[in-house]
Amino acid sequence: MQIRRLITFAALLLCGRQWLAAGQQIEGRIEKNPGKPFVAVTDFRASGAAAAFVAAFNTTVAADLAGSPVINFVPKTLYPIQPPQQPSDLIAGVAPPARGAVTIDPKRISDWSLPPVSTNFLGIGYAAESNGQFVVFGWFYSTAPTIATLQQAQVFGKVYTATLNESGAVDAGHRYAADILAQFGGKSLVGTHIVFVSDRSGSKEIWVMNWDGTEQRQLTRFGSISTFPSASPDGHAVAFTSYANGSPNIYMLSLDTGRKLPFYNQRASMNAFISFTPDSKRVVFSSTAAAGPAQLYLANANGSDLRRITSSGAIEVEAKINPKTGNDMVVVSGRSGMPQIYRMNLEGADVSRLTAGTGEATNPSWSPDGSHIAFAWTKGFEPGNYNIFLMDVASQQTTQLTANEGRNENPSWAPDGAHLVYASKRGRQSQIWVMNADGTGKRALTQSGSNEKPVWVNAAQ
Amino acid sequence: MTKRRASLAAATMLALFTAAGCHKKAAPPPPPPAPPATAPAAAKPTISYFAAEPDSVNSGQPSQLRWSVNDATSVEIDNGIGTVSPNGRRAVYPTATTTYTLTATNSGGSSTAAVTITVTSAPPPAAPAAPTQSVAEILARQVQDLHFDYDKSDVRPEDQPILQADATALKTIFGMDAGFVVTIEGHCDERGSAEYNLGLGDRRASAVKDALVQLGLPADKLKTISYGKERPLCTDAAEECYARNRRAHFSTGQ
Repeated sequence: MQIRRLITFAALLLCGRQWLAAGQQIEGRIEKNPGKPFVAVTDFRASGAAAAFVAAFNTTVAADLAGSPVINFVPKTLYPIQPPQQPSDLIAGVAPPARGAVTIDPKRISDWSLPPVSTNFLGIGYAAESNGQFVVFGWFYSTAPTIATLQQAQVFGKVYTATLNESGAVDAGHRYAADILAQFGGKSLVGTHIVFVSDRSGSKEIWVMNWDGTEQRQLTRFGSISTFPSASPDGHAVAFTSYANGSPNIYMLSLDTGRKLPFYNQRASMNAFISFTPDSKRVVFSSTAAAGPAQLYLANANGSDLRRITSSGAIEVEAKINPKTGNDMVVVSGRSGMPQIYRMNLEGADVSRLTAGTGEATNPSWSPDGSHIAFAWTKGFEPGNYNIFLMDVASQQTTQLTANEGRNENPSWAPDGAHLVYASKRGRQSQIWVMNADGTGKRALTQSGSNEKPVWVNAAQ
Repeated sequence: MTKRRASLAAATMLALFTAAGCHKKAAPPPPPPAPPATAPAAAKPTISYFAAEPDSVNSGQPSQLRWSVNDATSVEIDNGIGTVSPNGRRAVYPTATTTYTLTATNSGGSSTAAVTITVTSAPPPAAPAAPTQSVAEILARQVQDLHFDYDKSDVRPEDQPILQADATALKTIFGMDAGFVVTIEGHCDERGSAEYNLGLGDRRASAVKDALVQLGLPADKLKTISYGKERPLCTDAAEECYARNRRAHFSTGQ
């Protein structure tokens, strides 16, 4: 409490242009996100019982910052050996002009804006054990030489309390990194979830876990086949397809209560693959209610006010409504032969094919800003050999994100626009993996049973 | 081994060239007579396997015959089974030790393979044979799966005899039990996406239903369901297994 009172919260006084000046003049430092500010965060140190876990905190902060699209993270190898740890270590202002070589003083904040670090912002702090808790004191400063006082340079200072173990330290690291990224418009993944399908209970059921793979728990217990999950953008509902009553039908659950929500299934041999509008009030799904192949229907979120929107004579599945505009969607269709990804409006008109027509293209997922889709594609490989690709929807340029790592399917964008979750089958079983949206930083979130069809769910609003 | 494969390949190539020659409209110089030694040996059908599982049963107990044949225009099994598809399986219920012979035929000749199922105990006291078969048993024993090409849902020409036989057996079933409903399950191999395969399995099931309705079966007794690739018969990454999984299967419906 005392410390809380001591910490002052200063407003971010900078305007956008100032941070570019320091950032762009240095060679040898990677500007991953051009035009975005540079951020350095020192390795926090800790004493006593907290010392065993502070490394997990530091690794988490660095990984979250390095993976973000809203800043450039300065590698720690460039930092001075004895960095400041708390505000009393710091001095403000600019060094007096000196003759000869400039001596960098790590205590002087503005010196961090000089080479080799050349950062626009600096995070410092330390961890300690207090009352059996892992407690982190984290500060964040602007290094702009124009700022005269420490108070003005401080962007924020906060105390993070977590359990005194490895996962507590990871949690604190995510929260500190999220507070930094929030200064630059970055969305935090804290509070987001991933729903997925797992057979670890003996049958395919819908499961949910925290975004970092912790707290995996079973949502359905039908003992049937329950698969193809999707989520409402407001983070409150998960929809899926289950054979619980015989033929494949759509079910909806509240993620808040775990209870079933009403959904009207029209009489059909299959109803499946729901996608929600950005306001979570309307849905598009596939149904065989009319004779012929599965076609797309638009309805209210409970299945009422139903309207057929395609009549293509080919299989139409996996409609995904553009989360930015809400009035167009991508669809997997067999209308030109092997399944390809098409874009159309919610009336089923203005159709254009996005994928090249070679191989099979499937599993599209929109980036939150509607500029890209991630999808699974066999490209020129043999059938079934799927990899994850990214497409800039405007230019239709594609980038391959996975290769020689088994069969990779069902990418789903994280709400921060910087990560993807996907399923990777590298042996007999499939597992859920995450990666940065540039294909780096791949790691598995599941180990038990076979796990597939991940969908990243926004934090409940 | 390699030698045999090489000569087989050579024979296949030769056969291909000859076949390609046939398609040409009016090739003025007739093709030179093929060397007598190798040419007429144009690929007889190859039987990849013909097996019984188990190959030893008690009298009246089921054993599964499984087979896979390449390049055949017709495939037959004796002992009352008749014409079958090139890739298939069939439950048999022998009451005495029986040797089943599979004969695969094409223009190049025919190949045969045999398998014997040993019946290990005496048959039970003879029960009247005819009426014991329930409709469910007829469905399981006589109504065969139909198979499909990759990403296709039309009934293949070579499966037409099976479709006809299935229609006959189904008519018998509906004649015995007017309330009986049959479910046609559509299945796919594991290579396509699970999502698209749900739609494709639905197409396969309804293509078979439509074909059976054309043959005079009542549409309201034929239900369809797609399992996509959720219920494979086998999980090997091999064409033989993919072909088995691309099927329409008949089961008892509600």
